[in-house]
Amino acid sequence: MSALRFGFVTGPVLGALWMFVLATTLAVAMSFATGEAFRPSLLMSLTFGAIAGAVYALGKSRVYVAFAVGAALIVPMMAGAGPILIGPGASVLSRAVIILLLATLFATTLRVILAEVHWAALTRHEFEGAVIRFLTGFGYIFFTAIVLIPFYVMVMTSLKNQAELMQNPLNFSIDLSKGTELFRSYEELFLQFNFGTYMFNSFFISVLTVLITLAFAIPGAYAVARLRFRGRAAFSRSILLIYMVPMIVLALPIYIAFSMTGLRNSFWGIVMIYPVTTIPVALYMLQGYFRGLPAEVEEAGLMDGLSRLAVIWKITLPLSLPALASVSLYVFMIAWNEFLLAFMLLDDPAKFTLTRGIASLNSSEIPRQHLMAGSVIATVPIMALFLGLERFMTKGLTAGSVKG
Amino acid sequence: MLQMTPPTETGPLAKREARLAWGLLLPTITAVALVVVLPLLAIFWISFKPVELGDLRAPEVVLREDIRGDTDAVGDEANIRYRLRNSSRDQPITGVTFSDTIPEGLSVREVDPRCTLNERALRCDLGDWEPGTRETILIPVIIEQAYLDTGLRPQDSAASTTGKASNVLTNSTFTFENFARIFNGDEFFEVLWVTLFYTVFGTIGALLVGLFAALLLNKSFKGQGILRGLYLFPYVAPVIAVAFAWLILFDPFSGSANALLVQMGVTPEAINFFGERPLALIMVTIFEIWRYFPLSFLFILARMQSIDSDMYEAADMDGASPFQQFWYLSVPQLLGILSVLFLLRFIWTFNKFDDIFLLTGGNAGTRTLTVNVYEQAFAVSNIGAGAAVAVVIFGCLLTFSIFFLKYISQEEGL
Repeated sequence: MSALRFGFVTGPVLGALWMFVLATTLAVAMSFATGEAFRPSLLMSLTFGAIAGAVYALGKSRVYVAFAVGAALIVPMMAGAGPILIGPGASVLSRAVIILLLATLFATTLRVILAEVHWAALTRHEFEGAVIRFLTGFGYIFFTAIVLIPFYVMVMTSLKNQAELMQNPLNFSIDLSKGTELFRSYEELFLQFNFGTYMFNSFFISVLTVLITLAFAIPGAYAVARLRFRGRAAFSRSILLIYMVPMIVLALPIYIAFSMTGLRNSFWGIVMIYPVTTIPVALYMLQGYFRGLPAEVEEAGLMDGLSRLAVIWKITLPLSLPALASVSLYVFMIAWNEFLLAFMLLDDPAKFTLTRGIASLNSSEIPRQHLMAGSVIATVPIMALFLGLERFMTKGLTAGSVKG
Repeated sequence: MLQMTPPTETGPLAKREARLAWGLLLPTITAVALVVVLPLLAIFWISFKPVELGDLRAPEVVLREDIRGDTDAVGDEANIRYRLRNSSRDQPITGVTFSDTIPEGLSVREVDPRCTLNERALRCDLGDWEPGTRETILIPVIIEQAYLDTGLRPQDSAASTTGKASNVLTNSTFTFENFARIFNGDEFFEVLWVTLFYTVFGTIGALLVGLFAALLLNKSFKGQGILRGLYLFPYVAPVIAVAFAWLILFDPFSGSANALLVQMGVTPEAINFFGERPLALIMVTIFEIWRYFPLSFLFILARMQSIDSDMYEAADMDGASPFQQFWYLSVPQLLGILSVLFLLRFIWTFNKFDDIFLLTGGNAGTRTLTVNVYEQAFAVSNIGAGAAVAVVIFGCLLTFSIFFLKYISQEEGL
């Protein structure tokens, strides 16, 4: 470690790594955006990055050094020998964009990373500061990429047709001149594959699940949080144990029982099962919140002659609206995303939920863009809810310690 | 004078409170008992039963009814034909009977010896049936004017049948076959090893990646909220949507990931990410990490933000470097949440079914215990064996839960 703590080592090493990260990122991003051939060159990016790092360390990362580095990058890239190799088919515009982007991004960001690095021996703070800034930059790029790429692929695939997909799987650029033709997969899903019905079914089942869950969990949570009775501690602990039972273990006997009683393939069967999987979570989240409410307010209500149930209705519930909102959202999300039970218990296309409907699209006869369009249809409402009410959602997720 | 001692018994008020509490909890307890406890007991029962998917439908008497011969004019002779069969090829039915109403205007010429006719009500007693029995009963009739007038055919009035069949699920045949079957051979150990690999690496990976993400966002800057929301996407999206997106991204024939890798010269030909033996297991583990790092990230971030910043200022004054601050201050503070998260995630990853089922269907060496339940019960159609695997899972979970309860009581707040 201590051998690394010299500017003439740290600078080039971080420079080389950073160049490789940036070159790869830009090459991938441009490939996905245009479908043209860009690829990072490992050897070239390491060499260029190392030289740049050394220059920064020597020149103490001054502004004119950054200009020099940026300018020095452009020339070899135009000659076709830079950190990113550009395929012959690439258009002039995308060539110019990627060269300029790499040069400016690299020159400016590396200057920040190596801000405290100079040629001689570094202090611990200077060294670690540089490493941390490098890791931070890498982290932002890495996480954003891994989170966005699957969703990007999902949306873009849904807007293409079969021929375009086979021709160049990398080409995700959209041909805007096609107009509404872009949304053909969606149109077909709604008109021919009944996705409107599935969506309504999912929504209906999810809302019912939320209501039933709350109806069961609110009294239970209140009892566990406020009332004294024997076995209270044991109860509040064992409610978490239900979390630990895998769904597939329950799904098998439920499948058998439903097959024999004819509840399989019915709305009510699903509506009976879903809430039970969410009641323990909801109860646990709510009791935590109820405990945090001041008991004095409720006692005042009791003194004024309200019954316990009236206290819950008139005092506790109005006070816990934020918690109810996050629990509802969270339960809605679980019910909306549920796949296993819907898959096992529903066979009749008229009663499919969205997730079950998407599963039925997974066959070799149905083109992939339909599958992806279905996925987008299922994802968008939950994302919209999530982004709109993110504050409640994150709170709900942390409070409930969440069923996975 | 009365002696003053504290009350030793529970008073009426306390009793009333306890009664109310149980009353409020009753709906939840009933529902949970019905949908969780009962199925768990059922799993144990079924795991000792030789039951197949086809046995779920109890054997029954299937009856078809029609009229054969001329029925156009008065005086024509025809036959009412009843065709009956046992729907099961391996289960007997005892005490088979059926009854039907002969329509107006058909006069019965003679009655089968097994049947009795009372006015228009026909009743036949067919005795006990072997598996796969088929019977045909013919009732010769003469057409009268009323039959032509009403237009009512014999098949318009549904015949009712009775018969008793024993159901494998409720009778007293038990077997150890299921357990012998799943423990038999190397397959079980492969399943166990896959489960262990997936669970251990999936859990640790999600924790580490989540820790890294939390460190990145543990400072306030513009756009921090947006990034935090963005990093939760994989967890919030429906599993089926993201699983299929991954499948299409990594498709061996027309996937973008392969096209990218080939173009970059990393690999000469396309890789079958979810279809080759060691790679498929690694890919499903990576998917698990990708999908669940947001959860660890959220918890770790919440804990980080509650750490007192004074400590870091003091450490700064003492000249501790950033890495030292992380290692000697942050890590000990985070150890509690990390261990709880590890336990929870470990159990949930162990229980995970949907992800692997959607990605590989348990093929290419990715069959975990939970996928094996489905595989045995539905792909091989042996419900008993599936239940036996479920019992094994349950045994493992019981062991984990003991650990969990020991630690969860120490770590309040979760």
